[in-house]
Amino acid sequence: MIRAEALHKAFGRKTVLRGVSFEVPKGQSLVVIGGSGTGKSVLLKCLLGLERADSGEVELAGLKNPTPHAVAPHIGMLFQGAALFDSLPVWQNVAFRLMRGTGRMGRVEAKALAVEKLARVGLGPEVADLFPAELSGGMQKRVGLARAIAGDPPVLFFDEPTAGLDPIMSAVINALIRGIVTEMGATALTITHDMRTVRDVADRVAMLHEGRFHWQGPTAEAFGSDDPVLRQFTEGRTEGPIPTLR
Amino acid sequence: MNPVATLGATGRGVAGALGALGRFVGFTGQALGWMLRPPFHLREVAAQLVQIGWLSLPVVGMTALFTGAALALQIFAGSARYGAEFAVPSITAIGMVRELGPVLGGLMVAARVASSIAAEIGTMKVSEQLDALKTLAVEPMQFLTVPRLVAATLAMPVLVAVGDSIGILGGYAVGVTRLGFDGPTYLRNTLDFLEFWDIASGLVKGAVFGFLVALSGCYFGMNSGRGAQGVGEATKSAVVLASVLILASNYLLTEAFFSA
Repeated sequence: MIRAEALHKAFGRKTVLRGVSFEVPKGQSLVVIGGSGTGKSVLLKCLLGLERADSGEVELAGLKNPTPHAVAPHIGMLFQGAALFDSLPVWQNVAFRLMRGTGRMGRVEAKALAVEKLARVGLGPEVADLFPAELSGGMQKRVGLARAIAGDPPVLFFDEPTAGLDPIMSAVINALIRGIVTEMGATALTITHDMRTVRDVADRVAMLHEGRFHWQGPTAEAFGSDDPVLRQFTEGRTEGPIPTLR
Repeated sequence: MNPVATLGATGRGVAGALGALGRFVGFTGQALGWMLRPPFHLREVAAQLVQIGWLSLPVVGMTALFTGAALALQIFAGSARYGAEFAVPSITAIGMVRELGPVLGGLMVAARVASSIAAEIGTMKVSEQLDALKTLAVEPMQFLTVPRLVAATLAMPVLVAVGDSIGILGGYAVGVTRLGFDGPTYLRNTLDFLEFWDIASGLVKGAVFGFLVALSGCYFGMNSGRGAQGVGEATKSAVVLASVLILASNYLLTEAFFSA
């Protein structure tokens, strides 16, 4: 389960989050949408403990206001640019956490598991020994996804999973995310402004606007809503209550 | 000019400088604290020993060779005024091992290593790799900063020792081929006048300089701004700070080791 209660966060005079509250029950997939610069990434970082919220409470996998280190065994995260470690081959990226800390795996076992996870995201064993710089953007996203699910975590986060990808590759990544989340029974939170991702991945949708969740509800209702803010965003119109110069 | 505005600007400048100093000292304390906490990433230390130590050998060696050669020529030219040319081997050796070996070696490593560390860690920060480490239960200070500090502190004295030897060799080559010294006599003069502490003080300086070089690179890398400009700024600042710290600490160490 992921829960946030009255999260506030400001950087100097710029207030980004003004009391964000929501709950994602176990096994459900929430997609958070919102314009550029509305604080989606800040929200994600506050949830993961990468940024300290000024006030409010986070509960993640049973831990209250967890540090990144405490929550790490319970989560998997796919970063916007995949954030793969350039100096390590693909398999060591995937098995990174499994090879460290208490109960760490040996190299042979870790590589076998990495190859298995790579197969789950559609990559062959020949990719395991390549370095991230040798991969296309879509392949890097798949490797990032394999790394996120390597420890079979109960909670998954996806930050702009289709950013920078062509429509076909975006559909592939969305399908992989949906399939993996369903298969693992994981609780998932995705932030995006790609409406295709919303349709493919979300059970529920929340829209972040002016520092709060302006709208929350089931995916089907999001696309039929009369709310002018949500409608302008989902339809991508330039005219409406959301200013285009931000 | 308005004196109040001038005073205000001066105050803001001083406060900014003190704030920066405080952040750097705080980072140093954190890094030292993380050095003592397990797990110890020995594989990373080994990789950094290769990067910082082994791969710096050519640049340190070349610098030492030409410095030793030029030093012998300069000392010969100066000492000839007093008929003291016989002092060329000993002064060249002492100059190399006490000062020029560690300082020039440190500056060359600062240019090569502080820049590379700042650029690498800065790029990792910009591309969210530092956040990714945290979400994988690995503390970036422990995984990135500590191995680089340990490797640089261990590697630099070895680099200085190699540089000292090559520098003395450069002086020997010039002494024998250009200044008319007899080879065995040159070497005997060098060895007779060098004392243990001459060599050891240079190696201690090397260890301190290595630590400062890695610390500057890591500090500016970890605090890099966004984008290519942020990483570029971090790289430049790391080299400048490392160079200044080397020269300042060299003076302090020389005072501590050799003042009467």
